[in-house]
Amino acid sequence: MNIVVCVKHIPDPNLPAEMDGKTLKREGVQGVMDPGDEFGVEAGLQIKERLATGDGESGEGEVTLVSMGPAAAMEAVRRGLSMGADKGVLVSDDVLKGSDALATAKVLSAAIQKNGAFDLVIAGVESTDGYTGTLPGTLAEFLGVPHVSTVKEIVSADGGTLKVNRQTADGYHVVEVGLPAVISVTAGVNEPRYASFKGIMAAKKKPVEQLSLSDLDLSGDDVAVKQEVTELSKAEEREGGEIIEDDGSAAAKIADFLKEAKVI
Amino acid sequence: MAKVWVFAETTPEGEVDPAALEILTKAREIGDAEAVVLGPGATKAAEKLGEFGAATVYASDDEVYGDYVAQPATHALHSLIEEHSPDLVLFAMAYDSRDVAGRLSAKLGSTLMSNATDLIDENTARTAVFGGATLVDVKLEGSPKLVIFRPKSFEAAPSGGSADVVEVSVDIPDDLKKAKRVERHIEEATGPRLDQAPVVISGGRGLQEPGNFELLDQLAAAIGNAAVGGTRAVVDAGWVPYSYQIGQTGITVKPSVYLAIGISGATQHIVGMKGAKKIIAINKDEEAPIFQLADLGIVGDALKILPQLIEEVKTRKG
Repeated sequence: MNIVVCVKHIPDPNLPAEMDGKTLKREGVQGVMDPGDEFGVEAGLQIKERLATGDGESGEGEVTLVSMGPAAAMEAVRRGLSMGADKGVLVSDDVLKGSDALATAKVLSAAIQKNGAFDLVIAGVESTDGYTGTLPGTLAEFLGVPHVSTVKEIVSADGGTLKVNRQTADGYHVVEVGLPAVISVTAGVNEPRYASFKGIMAAKKKPVEQLSLSDLDLSGDDVAVKQEVTELSKAEEREGGEIIEDDGSAAAKIADFLKEAKVI
Repeated sequence: MAKVWVFAETTPEGEVDPAALEILTKAREIGDAEAVVLGPGATKAAEKLGEFGAATVYASDDEVYGDYVAQPATHALHSLIEEHSPDLVLFAMAYDSRDVAGRLSAKLGSTLMSNATDLIDENTARTAVFGGATLVDVKLEGSPKLVIFRPKSFEAAPSGGSADVVEVSVDIPDDLKKAKRVERHIEEATGPRLDQAPVVISGGRGLQEPGNFELLDQLAAAIGNAAVGGTRAVVDAGWVPYSYQIGQTGITVKPSVYLAIGISGATQHIVGMKGAKKIIAINKDEEAPIFQLADLGIVGDALKILPQLIEEVKTRKG
């Protein structure tokens, strides 16, 4: 089975975010592979391994990482390779700076199709920096395949069908999807492995194809940023209230507060 | 006037997603509001949508929309859009709606704005970043313009109207029936729903171990009409199920009182609860960002305070 995992290089979410004019500052900022993408990479590796040890289908097929981002995004690709993915594709182009979700999906779909036939595309539910959560659906539509979002468990995978548990607001649905397909996975889907030293060394030798927009037969017009930020303003700040150190009377104080708010 | 559509989700019993009614209330302020609702329960849901301001509701009870994920609904919505040319199509940030909106964006070549918190006019929507500290106004583009709103962005208010219900009959090609729901599981919850409870008690890592969530359940029972939630950290750690998660990913709550117990106040959590009328926080660390939002902040040990609080509440309730 050929599996593609989408990975994104984002500003380190543990550092305070900064604005660059009207968009999130990305350049010259310490970056990491989106922590949410580790679950996607792990899911891809697990499916490949499961098929390799199962009967019938052999372990043939590869896990390919596909990313769009600045040259620094190579770091995110290498990180996924060190976990065990086979190869990478990185689309970098100055024109793509500030791309919206529609353009990103268009570019990723072109890169995935150029990479060759695929059975499954895996992405995180939403990125940690932009969190639109719409990319997997948009990407699937461009690829002309079904998609299942917020997958919290991969129940079974065989050559032609994937069975998954999809998170819903009040429980989950079991969904069977014919391949090829796109899925997005939650942080509950697995426990991502750590990259071993051996994995990190091996990753340096794994192939990563670097593509520009023209390699994908796309023009600047195809990916033009259409969404324009017109204004930034400060939200009204909540007024801070009373902060007290507990001296044994805090519980009574809270109960009084609840009473005053008429909820007890 | 702009023609503003709202895509509404419904249960098979015809219960409309409350977020759709909130958005509809805003839609009728901006233009001529209409709604689309697909799947079992749709015709019943259409009545409610009419009461909240949709002059026309395009509805279909066809099971195909419930049985197969996203593609049939996207196909039908797309053909309705081609036929009726709305200026805006608005969605709630809900599982199925987000999927349909994402696919529709590719079909129409329209950029989709996600996570909006307000609609300023027919051409501009607003979102909040950095935990809600900065508001970003975005000029919408495309025909129609597509926007997804966070739940509780608006207050739902009935208009007293009623809708013309137009039955949708769109043929769904077989190749759009590839992702099939074969089982549905509902995690039974006791007490009120998190997003509707007047009091929400939420726990974080500061509770130290999963067993201590029991204290939150006891407090909820003592207060009555209270629901228990948690942060992403405790959900990811497996202490409580995903359905408890309050925040950017997860549920948005706007209760009368929010109790944050052992929660530091990460951005991801704050966006899901900062709309609460009153916030009470208990945390050992006086530097915790949650205290900046708190109407009443207690620097102290939650595990010591909670049993006392349960007793105090019981006493006051008599």
